[in-house]
Amino acid sequence: MTLRKIDDVHRLDREYDLAIIGAGPAGMAAAAEAAAAGARTILLDENPAPGGQIYRSIERNSPARRAFLGKDYWKGKDILKAFLQCDAAYLPQALVWSVEQGETDGKASVELRVSAGGKSSIVHARRVVFATGAMERPMPVRGWTLPGVMTIGAAQIALKSSGLVPDGRVVLAGSGPLLYLFADQLLQAGGNLVAVLDTTPRSNWAKALPFLPPFLVSPYLLKGLALLVKVRRSVPVFTGVGTIEVFGQDRASAIRFQAKGRTEEIDIDSAFLHQGVVPNNSLANATGCLLGWNDRQKCFQPELDTRGRSSLPAIYVAGDGGGIGGALVAEVGGRIAALAACLDLFPEKTRQIGPLLAKHEKRRRVLSRGRTFIDTLYQPAVAFRAPTDLETIACRCEEVTVGAIRDAAARNVVGPNQLKTMLRCGMGSCQGRMCTATITEILADVQQRSPDDIGTYRLRTPIKPVPLREFASLPLTPDAVQAVTGDHSDRS
Amino acid sequence: MFRRIDKATDTVAITFDGIPMRVDTEQTVSAALLGQGISTLRKSVVGDRPRAPYCLMGVCFECLVTIDGIQNRQACMTIVRDGMAISSQSGARALDEGC
Repeated sequence: MTLRKIDDVHRLDREYDLAIIGAGPAGMAAAAEAAAAGARTILLDENPAPGGQIYRSIERNSPARRAFLGKDYWKGKDILKAFLQCDAAYLPQALVWSVEQGETDGKASVELRVSAGGKSSIVHARRVVFATGAMERPMPVRGWTLPGVMTIGAAQIALKSSGLVPDGRVVLAGSGPLLYLFADQLLQAGGNLVAVLDTTPRSNWAKALPFLPPFLVSPYLLKGLALLVKVRRSVPVFTGVGTIEVFGQDRASAIRFQAKGRTEEIDIDSAFLHQGVVPNNSLANATGCLLGWNDRQKCFQPELDTRGRSSLPAIYVAGDGGGIGGALVAEVGGRIAALAACLDLFPEKTRQIGPLLAKHEKRRRVLSRGRTFIDTLYQPAVAFRAPTDLETIACRCEEVTVGAIRDAAARNVVGPNQLKTMLRCGMGSCQGRMCTATITEILADVQQRSPDDIGTYRLRTPIKPVPLREFASLPLTPDAVQAVTGDHSDRS
Repeated sequence: MFRRIDKATDTVAITFDGIPMRVDTEQTVSAALLGQGISTLRKSVVGDRPRAPYCLMGVCFECLVTIDGIQNRQACMTIVRDGMAISSQSGARALDEGC
């Protein structure tokens, strides 16, 4: 059996048992699992090739050509192979811009609106798995909008997918496992890394220590230590970095920072920032899945049961989009969500699916060991989550500063949605993706309320801009006609 | 801003603001332009400041460009194609004639 690749949005079936959104480890594994359980499965992914960001370009890369990507990256080959051999359908470069849970003949059913190749179409599924992955937590510092400043994730994507290495003098700044992993990859690929600025608060070590024992058995322990030692041997590493500013006229030319009470400045050609990843939950948010604040990981994530079912019963969330756990946990999570959805669809297969679910749930428990240690150690400093430098831009699209947000917050604005109407933050092209975390944390800081109480932007569909002509081309449902005209006719 | 560490097999011809260039196939418009030393793709909507691709994964919308006459395309989510005409943007998108 092989995967059926679809090249036209109009060639999708009208209905599937299961639709999966995203082709990273969770999505690929979910598709393979669901297809094996007999579900008519479609995987829709916005990227041109499977792999998500963690296994980006896994199909085209090979250890012979780009060995420096490391053995954890090559694990993606096995997931990819199973996906390419499974009996599912796959539509790449497809944006799912709206998802609505409804009912057909008294049974839950989900309507998805999909745009690909300049055309939109409606697809129905009985169950949906969101496997939308993670995005990098914004790291607002002065000058972060200058050309020459990007995220470390972006630099890694350029390396994985196009073999691109930043030219000239490079500085990496921030915290989290990716900081040292990418420093090592960059050095191996021949990049001119002049310094690593580690912003991990020193006090995190003491907080993380009680969680160390389970991490001692984690496969990440040795890898992490080895990377740390290796990078420190090759490049100056500044730890406990407290403030960062990037300078330049029309592009970045220098970075200034404080470490150990001293202010340092380094000439650069480019700087890459990173302070961990957060769930990419735009679609879950816009669909109406309840979100909750994860105080250890400092982010909002969909509220899920142990098998990934969201507050909307036909919608599951798997992988980092449902809470950060890393690639291996995401893969298993994809299998669990897919099997749980299959159990809803085919209750007669309980004896076949039940033991598989138990096996994967056990494996997930093993893989999750040590996560609390990593989360606690790499919890980003509050200075970079809720910045106090008034000139720093928080909302990049509408160019709203930290000062404007702090000012409004002090006047008892009730939350992010009211802030939007006052300052336009979160109303630009990115629809709030790049500032929502910062806005919530600044409001919480100024008003001394919990981020959970502050909340996050309420998103609406389409989750990304879609041309009006694509909207207009879709068949009108009786509900849509009634919403606009008040007319109950059966026109469709 | 970036250089390639290995040779690609095939190339396509594209233009950026009218300047012709040959770039590797099977990559995004953002990656292709960064590989040509071009990072500033637009001027920001409010402050008219230079902006460059930032996240390369479809999240930040900093890489918005006009591709074959269609404005506000995400350069990091669009694969290069032979003959593609890309141009930088200044400020917000304008209303197209005839739309």
